Amino acid sequence: MKPNFKQFDDIPGTTIFTIEKARQGFELNQFCMSLRSLENRTRWLADEKKYISEWNLTPEQEQAVLDRDFQKMLDCGGNVYFLSKIFATDGLSYVQAVSTMTEFNEEEYKAMMLAGGRNIEGWRSKKERGEK
Amino acid sequence: MARITAGVTTSHIPAVGAAIDMHRTSEDYWKAMFAGYEFSKKWIADEKPDVVIIIYNDHASYFGMDIMPTFAIGIADSFNICDEGYGPRPVPVVEGHSGLATHLAASLITDDFDMTVLNLLEVDHGLTVPLSLMFGEPDKWPVKVIPIPVNVVMYPQPSGERCLSIGKAIRKAVQDYDEDLSVQVWGTGGMSHQIQGARAGLINAPWDSKFMDDLINEPETLQFKPHLEYMVEAGSEGVELIMWLIMRGALGPEVETVHRFYHVPASNTAVGHLILKPKE
Repeated sequence: MKPNFKQFDDIPGTTIFTIEKARQGFELNQFCMSLRSLENRTRWLADEKKYISEWNLTPEQEQAVLDRDFQKMLDCGGNVYFLSKIFATDGLSYVQAVSTMTEFNEEEYKAMMLAGGRNIEGWRSKKERGEK
Repeated sequence: MARITAGVTTSHIPAVGAAIDMHRTSEDYWKAMFAGYEFSKKWIADEKPDVVIIIYNDHASYFGMDIMPTFAIGIADSFNICDEGYGPRPVPVVEGHSGLATHLAASLITDDFDMTVLNLLEVDHGLTVPLSLMFGEPDKWPVKVIPIPVNVVMYPQPSGERCLSIGKAIRKAVQDYDEDLSVQVWGTGGMSHQIQGARAGLINAPWDSKFMDDLINEPETLQFKPHLEYMVEAGSEGVELIMWLIMRGALGPEVETVHRFYHVPASNTAVGHLILKPKE
């Protein structure tokens, strides 16, 4: 069956990790995997630029990591479960890191979750929202 | 003969594991959620299953992108705990049941499910958080575990039809195993959640409730729900719920509901939990 990668394009504020994105983000995600060991986390925190230069990331991927720009990392083929190794190493929780991709700061994001989470109404379709 | 005595579904949120490990379960934020598992802990202490087959996904903890199996099965005698970046969870090593696991792997492959066979595997929160929720904090887990990791992270994930049918094949394989064992099948992950992008924090409680209803009563219809609907309605990570279909397939046509629980939020996620028993 022919895969349908386009079917996800209309979901607003969402990057689906397709096999194509996985190909694009392979080196970035492998870099993230390296942070599963304490030894590598220690080396990374001691000198981020030196550590990241040992991987074959594109300049754009590298800058996104150094800037902790998680949306940019997603755009460059990263996946949040891989990226979690970066924010775990920074001592951040999923909530703290994930909130940076939204319109809210951490406290506002937590308040939204306690109030029942983001309501889906208005968030089903880019077309409905007038987004491209 | 081995038999499938019950099915359990539960979310497997990492923050829930952290709350247990840091003894924060009685805090205001957490206590309502953990209260939903009090019944379950008592129930499973009475049930005393010998083996639990846990359907879960690895979260870039053991598998990188160098190897990404669609369906895999751990057949080793024991499975160590992954370091997911925060250091490994302080929980006991997970013991396998290599006799049933090798039989199950061979049966499934013979039935045309192309399993990746894992003689080495470290398990992450996807598997250990459900164990903690059901058994608390023992020195040693009171069951043997057969891990079945499923790719739900990279599209294309396996279809709902494939998930329900592998569940049915698991049921048949367990029933064909000669040792007298009480076996449970757990489907983990979900419910609605999205942990990336501007839409992060999405929760869809009505959709989750209908999903639970359909899982119990209409699995043959539910299996045709497309991935797109999970991702739109339950969030990009809500697609984990296809793993609940595997559990459901393993229980046979009709089930009785023993326990049902739903709570928002835990971290970024809606917590859903079911205990089902097959109707003989």
